[in-house]
Amino acid sequence: MIDPGPIDTGLIDIVLLAFLVAITFAIIRLRDLFGAVMLTGIFSLISAGLFMVLDAVDVAFTEAAVGAGISTILMLRTLALTETRSNPRYNRLELMPLLVVVLTGAALVYGTFDMPRFGDPEAPIHQYMAPRFIEQSGEEIGVPNIVTSVLASYRGYDTFGETTVIFTAAIGVFLLLGGPRRGLRAGDALRNDIILRIGAKALIPFIMVFALYVQFHGDYGPGGGFQAGVIFAAAIVLYTLVFGFAKAQKIFRRRPLELAVAGGVLLYGSVGLTSMALGANFLDYSPLAHDSVHGQHRGILLVELGVGVTVAAVMVALFFLFVRRRQV
Amino acid sequence: MNNVLDLISWMCLLSGSFFALVSSLAVLRLPDFYNRVHGAGITDTVGAGLILLGLAFQAGFSLISFKLALVLVFMVLTGPTASHALAKAAYRLGLEPVVSHQKEDPTSAA
Amino acid sequence: MFSAAMAAILVSMAMLLVRAVQGPTVFDRVLSVNSFGTKTVLLIAVLGFLSGRPAFLDLALVYALMNFISTIAVLKFSRFGRLGQGHSKLEGQPMAES
Repeated sequence: MIDPGPIDTGLIDIVLLAFLVAITFAIIRLRDLFGAVMLTGIFSLISAGLFMVLDAVDVAFTEAAVGAGISTILMLRTLALTETRSNPRYNRLELMPLLVVVLTGAALVYGTFDMPRFGDPEAPIHQYMAPRFIEQSGEEIGVPNIVTSVLASYRGYDTFGETTVIFTAAIGVFLLLGGPRRGLRAGDALRNDIILRIGAKALIPFIMVFALYVQFHGDYGPGGGFQAGVIFAAAIVLYTLVFGFAKAQKIFRRRPLELAVAGGVLLYGSVGLTSMALGANFLDYSPLAHDSVHGQHRGILLVELGVGVTVAAVMVALFFLFVRRRQV
Repeated sequence: MNNVLDLISWMCLLSGSFFALVSSLAVLRLPDFYNRVHGAGITDTVGAGLILLGLAFQAGFSLISFKLALVLVFMVLTGPTASHALAKAAYRLGLEPVVSHQKEDPTSAA
Repeated sequence: MFSAAMAAILVSMAMLLVRAVQGPTVFDRVLSVNSFGTKTVLLIAVLGFLSGRPAFLDLALVYALMNFISTIAVLKFSRFGRLGQGHSKLEGQPMAES
């Protein structure tokens, strides 16, 4: 028996936002970069909490997976390769940049006065596309999670663009950081820790299954390709952390990873091309099955799978790239 | 029956919140890192357990309770592991625990 | 009733934040972040019940996972012995052989 209905979340909003402000000041003031990175981890957690209060569960999900997990790990790895105290030369107070920032900020804030009030039902965004999506999604697409139906079907082209952006970013990082490097130096305080190994062995299969659940359950609850890909990558990251990079590389070899990075985007595009070959528009899923709604389901399934594969492969590949770089 | 369930749920939630508060207070106020690890461990097990149990009583026997149980199993599995890893790393890397300092006994032979 | 739990969790989060900013050694910060993550999981679970949307539990599960993995990553990636100058008590401590 669950208490139904909306509650006044105003107080929670204020508290969480106050946390954010406090953390931001702390991040700026801390000269210890390592501590600052940890605090950005907390920042992501609170942001996700705020998204949840705003009822945006899918976004909170992605923020949790990416911001609190992968981002923090990659930043920590970068710190381990570079400096850990911010250079005092950059910490002097500079008047000109401060002036520019204050003026730009003031202009932006002034611009927001013209925006419709938060949650205003008369706002343009609630007048044109949103009602149509909300009303028609049930008949036309038939998946309970409207976020997925908008993301993967109505605005499937935009999502295709996003996936391609991830792919391109990965290529950029490969070009910058890739290439042969010598292996890691051995030894850190937690090597061969038996408790960690047993715990990881118990957890990793569960995390992978959970990633699959998130991938395919995205039609019904929060989830989808992006989140699932990140969670799957997190499982592989955990394996690498606990059992060592050498073992992880043997399982997730470079070539299959690269193929997977491209393969997901290719899958997505192929669905679109298949639609065209069957006579409809690019990424119009209706002709993919015997009737339109099932076509939509199939299309969304394949497309989300493509996204999930690419995101997982990119995250793992980036992580491996960072880890492989030799300690300076 | 509903009232009894509600009452149990209430009590679990309240005591869980109490333990969560105590745990954070410990992390804030205890003098040494290793003491604070002890304090933080309270949340992962008792605090989370009671709160999630209280929520599970509210939800009845359903998929939601199953998910709550999953979250609990997760936290009980990963929380102490993380505390262990943290304490071990700190110790191996040289952080010494604070041992009590005996005050000078003025009556002992100087 | 949920509000009381929510308030308690928020207060404990604030206390952990203070420790995260203050914590003299870097391990204190890691500990606070880890504990903060656990509290966030509880916050999400209670918030889900407060607003009548228990589908948030998937989110709580993901957080619990990510929190754990991040903590382990922090411990594995930080060369405390080498990087410990000036911001922890580990200045000049030799890194233990494993």
